[in-house]
Amino acid sequence: MLWNKHPPGSRFPLPSLPLAMVAVLFPVFALLVFSSLLRAPSAAASAAGEKQLSIYSVVSSYSLPVSTRNGQDYVDLLEVLDPLGKVTAKTEGKRWRVRYQDQDADFTDGKKNVRWLRSGFDLPANFLLEDGHGMVPLSSLPQLLSRILGGPVTWHENSRRLFIGGVAIHFTAQVRQQANQALVINFTAPVNPAIATESGKLHMQFSREPLVAPGSPVLTFDSKVISSASYEENNGSAEITVNGNAPLFAAFSDDRKTITVTAAQQAKTPAQKPPTPPMPAGPGVATSAPGTAGTGSSNGTPSPAATGSPETPLGTPPAGPRKYFAVVDPSHGGDERGAALDDQLAEKDVTLAFARQLRQQLENRGIATLLLRDNDVDLTADQRASETNTAHPAVYLCIHAASQGPGVRIYTALVPAGGEAHGPFVSWDTAQAGFLASSQATATRLAVDLRNQEISVRTLAAPLRPLNNIHSAAVALEIAPPNGKISELSSPDYQLLVASTVAAAIAGARASLETAP
Amino acid sequence: MISRPLVIGALVMLAAALGMGSYAWHMRGISRNELPLAAHQSAVAPPVLGSSEQVMLYVAYDDIGVLRPERFRIPLPEAPQQRAEELLRTLLNVYLDKSSPHPLGTGSEVRNVYLVDPGLAVIDLNSAFANGHRSGILVEELTVASLVQTLCANIPGISRVKILVDGKERDTLAGHADLTNFYNVGAVNQLAAQLQTAQ
Repeated sequence: MLWNKHPPGSRFPLPSLPLAMVAVLFPVFALLVFSSLLRAPSAAASAAGEKQLSIYSVVSSYSLPVSTRNGQDYVDLLEVLDPLGKVTAKTEGKRWRVRYQDQDADFTDGKKNVRWLRSGFDLPANFLLEDGHGMVPLSSLPQLLSRILGGPVTWHENSRRLFIGGVAIHFTAQVRQQANQALVINFTAPVNPAIATESGKLHMQFSREPLVAPGSPVLTFDSKVISSASYEENNGSAEITVNGNAPLFAAFSDDRKTITVTAAQQAKTPAQKPPTPPMPAGPGVATSAPGTAGTGSSNGTPSPAATGSPETPLGTPPAGPRKYFAVVDPSHGGDERGAALDDQLAEKDVTLAFARQLRQQLENRGIATLLLRDNDVDLTADQRASETNTAHPAVYLCIHAASQGPGVRIYTALVPAGGEAHGPFVSWDTAQAGFLASSQATATRLAVDLRNQEISVRTLAAPLRPLNNIHSAAVALEIAPPNGKISELSSPDYQLLVASTVAAAIAGARASLETAP
Repeated sequence: MISRPLVIGALVMLAAALGMGSYAWHMRGISRNELPLAAHQSAVAPPVLGSSEQVMLYVAYDDIGVLRPERFRIPLPEAPQQRAEELLRTLLNVYLDKSSPHPLGTGSEVRNVYLVDPGLAVIDLNSAFANGHRSGILVEELTVASLVQTLCANIPGISRVKILVDGKERDTLAGHADLTNFYNVGAVNQLAAQLQTAQ
């Protein structure tokens, strides 16, 4: 039995034909070509409505047609595997065997079962054998490719986009708040979208680029010229639509990793890399953290920032009043218990109880407060910082507890070394640098008010994450028992006294925090 | 009737068995006593070759939560890297002493100190140091500030310090003090100044 090599790029290998047969068939073939040319406009119209599958991998990104059989979507498995590596196939009656990188998979026409590496699994619908080509249900592709390629595969089912490995391209967008307002979209790899414009809209369609969604599908900007941008995936491609109040133009820069969108009256301005904003970054600055708003996730899992306020993507402060003035972060949680304050009392439980009390006290004073965890779950420092930065509060209050007292210790960030700003991106590790003065003023205010309540207070800097990642005034409170007795730490009276004093201090500093830094 | 030579032979064998059992019991006791001694000996550092010098160690005091500069006279080698390691080992000896003002977990050690140009020092602690460390913002930052400040006060030219545990990066020392970033010596100087007073 012979294996038919399926050369890369060729979908239908031509068999060798006798010369006489060619002579007979040529006029028929010419007639068919002529008639197909006559029908070209209608064919093009049907192609426009054709279902497409896009596959993105490190070696190749390509699109394939999707066929419908018995009401199910099918694709040709040879066409799927061909651009990815060496693939051959052979047919034995109803059996079809495909060999990819020296490993075989066996399919049977009209059956669901597949044999792969001595194990079997079922397709969601029957395998179909058509002219030597194996048609597999589209919905089985993630499972099939994951087994055949032996790596992670991410499937965007609704848009028929399949990502093999970590190939995703993320993007962030910000409006440059200068005389010539422009939307600067930065991609993590070069892109080459098809661009179309209509009145007040600019469409960028990405067919070959493994672009993934930002934290929110609709990005709104505090700009009179460019009001919003939306991200959408459909039929094997991704599209970014920019909305403005004038005709929009796009220009590429930074080796096609940046697209600058400008309105018509500003279009003469040459495209250039966005200037570095002064520290602290003003409105519209995105942070380059993992999971920060404006970046998506290749595995379809929402990034931490995606759980934040959807109205305020990309680190852009909301145009209207803040949704949350304060963020209260009870440290530790879940398996991360924090300090063992005594045999039974874990730091994570004290911080949660105190944080709830503090939220209540803040809200009693009309201060909208976001509690980062309201149950026993563990959040990473990056998740805490991302959620906080997405919420754009005026102040971040991180709660800790200690057995060694007395009283309350108030910490501001000990900003680490390094952390240069890169273009519009603020360093994640030193995001707090521009807000230190505001944080220290808040700490001083808190210390004064706590001392007035005869609570022992100490203010210090601390190398404590995520303080250094927070893009607003940020302090940590380490609450210790007033006179060394650990039982007093969980006393409702003591917690109420400290929480109400802190809340009153924050309420008193409201005006200065609003305008900080 | 049992023959006389057979009885004598049996008695001799019984005596030999009892004697060997007694010897084995004795040897077991000796080995039990020797094991901790061997373990202790492995932790002893080789004697330092070098002249005795006065150095400034920044010693943490947990009772009032402060960091105090204190003068010590210790023998120090010439090579900067060995000097740095010896400085921190002297500091740890203070903390591992019975009357320690800032107790560390048993077996805490500084594995190595690397001085990397330009101005970067890397302190590699062992896992016993981090795993046995008490948890809390103040107690952890006292340790970090004590190590960094002691190093920088005695070895000129250091501007950044990185702390590793068993040669690898670790998120925090014991749940609070960040070990993922590089410490800016200027910022730690200010922190050390703050930590010298209890208020």
